[in-house]
Amino acid sequence: MKILVCISNVPDTTSKINFTDGDTKFDTNGVQFVINPNDEFGLTRAMWFKEKQGAAVHVATVGNNTVEPTIRKALAIGADEGIRIDAAPTDGFYVARQLAEIVKNGGYDLVIAGRESIDYNGGMVPGIMATLLDMNFVNTCIGLEIEGNQATAHREIDGGKETISTTLPLIIGGQKGLVEESDLRIPNMRGIMMARKKALNVVAPVDAPSQTTDQKFERPPAKGPVKLVDAGNIQELIDLLHNEAKVI
Amino acid sequence: MAVVVYTESENGKLKKSALEVASYAKNVADQLGLSVTAVAINVEDPASLGTYGVAKVLGVSDQALQGFNAKAYANVIAQAAEQENAKVVIISSSADSKYLSGILAAKLNAGYVPNVVAPPETTSPFVVKRTAFSNKGFAHTEITAQVKIIGVSNNSFGLVENPTDAAVEAFSPAVNDGDFGAKSVEVDKVVGKATIADADIVVSGGRGLKGPENWGMIEELAGILGAATACSKPVSDLGWRPHGEHVGQTGKPVATNLYIAIGISGAIQHLAGVSASKTKVVINNDPEAPFFKAADYGVVGDAFEVVPELIEKLKEFKGQNG
Repeated sequence: MKILVCISNVPDTTSKINFTDGDTKFDTNGVQFVINPNDEFGLTRAMWFKEKQGAAVHVATVGNNTVEPTIRKALAIGADEGIRIDAAPTDGFYVARQLAEIVKNGGYDLVIAGRESIDYNGGMVPGIMATLLDMNFVNTCIGLEIEGNQATAHREIDGGKETISTTLPLIIGGQKGLVEESDLRIPNMRGIMMARKKALNVVAPVDAPSQTTDQKFERPPAKGPVKLVDAGNIQELIDLLHNEAKVI
Repeated sequence: MAVVVYTESENGKLKKSALEVASYAKNVADQLGLSVTAVAINVEDPASLGTYGVAKVLGVSDQALQGFNAKAYANVIAQAAEQENAKVVIISSSADSKYLSGILAAKLNAGYVPNVVAPPETTSPFVVKRTAFSNKGFAHTEITAQVKIIGVSNNSFGLVENPTDAAVEAFSPAVNDGDFGAKSVEVDKVVGKATIADADIVVSGGRGLKGPENWGMIEELAGILGAATACSKPVSDLGWRPHGEHVGQTGKPVATNLYIAIGISGAIQHLAGVSASKTKVVINNDPEAPFFKAADYGVVGDAFEVVPELIEKLKEFKGQNG
């Protein structure tokens, strides 16, 4: 089995978000970048397929050379080969077109992406890829088993979960649940050393349009101070929620 | 030409989010001088969409579409959009709508913007405001593609009545076996209980509750309020509560009218995930907990004293106010 894990290079979840250039760009100053958490759960599941079922695991991302440390981290965790599509990831449609080209040329059986990146939250890349490539697709995937050509996937739905039966080739939009938080791996020294010798292929993008452009960003408005209610007077909280906030 | 809206249903009944996206679609249609056409799959009373400004309903009745299937449903919506020559398609932010969004965008070669929180600011150029960076910011995004898909954020627009006589037309799109390459074999869903996605109120517990055995009062409080229950990331990582209840940046987003956080300190990732909620209440024994800076109302106190008291007072309140 040949697996491609699509990873996005995103600000660490603890990052404070600021904008620059007249609020037209995300301010990367002082921000640490990591593998998108939804993708990292998928990468870790891919490692399981590699170790238990002998899968080959490649990782791909769209970006300039500043994303290479994130690809190297994925290689240090255990991916066999990295691919960087040398282009700015302008929007979800553009990124999906680039990754679809890699999937088409690489003959992958399973493509693991995240349900969304935690920066631009587009959530469309795996679905667009699946449609362009006519592959089966399961989103918000929280469990995946593969037996030969058959796949059983679990999907989170509003208020529960669903079991889906499908076949390879398959694309999933993964999230926490594919593996547990405690299964995530921190690269060890040996992994880091080995990662340096692994192939990281840089490929040119294909010609594709962007369908959307972010023109301006803003931060959420500052919040007013909290109204404190005395723990001995809970009735006041109910009155406030009923009369002032009008939510009960 | 019309604005097409996909109005979701469950067991034949329109969901609240369907009425919200219909209301939103009416706003967009008015801006463009167009009318609204809804796509309703196996809905019992599609004409009721007229209340929210829908002029025409393409009613699909097809046994093959009885359960949700992303590819098949996306195909139906795409065919409706093509028939109506729609340049704008509106969907919700439910798990199902997000599942089909990418498929639909690819089929229509459309520009798709999810998590939209307001009507288009301008329609030429076509610019919408959406959340980005997991609610830590907003983006004003121009959709440059000819066909535009807008995913409306839950509870961001509300229900707006615009009584219209909705003409219901039978619509029989092509449904292919090839659409069912990913087949649902089992749905495991809590029935008769509010879900985080649909609930008006969410009651959420954190590590301050000390252990899963203490969730009884969270469940009871949620029961009285008709609320969904949720939890913080550490709680789901510890296995105290199922992953499906984890709300925050890497869990589910919450955009509800009232969010009550009990024993949750308010890590930046958690606050990002729940910030779209309109009113936030925090109950925590640590006055320095960061959540107090993000909340509207706060109680500094021991959850094991405050919550039972709140339950008692709410029972009285409900008794008086129905």
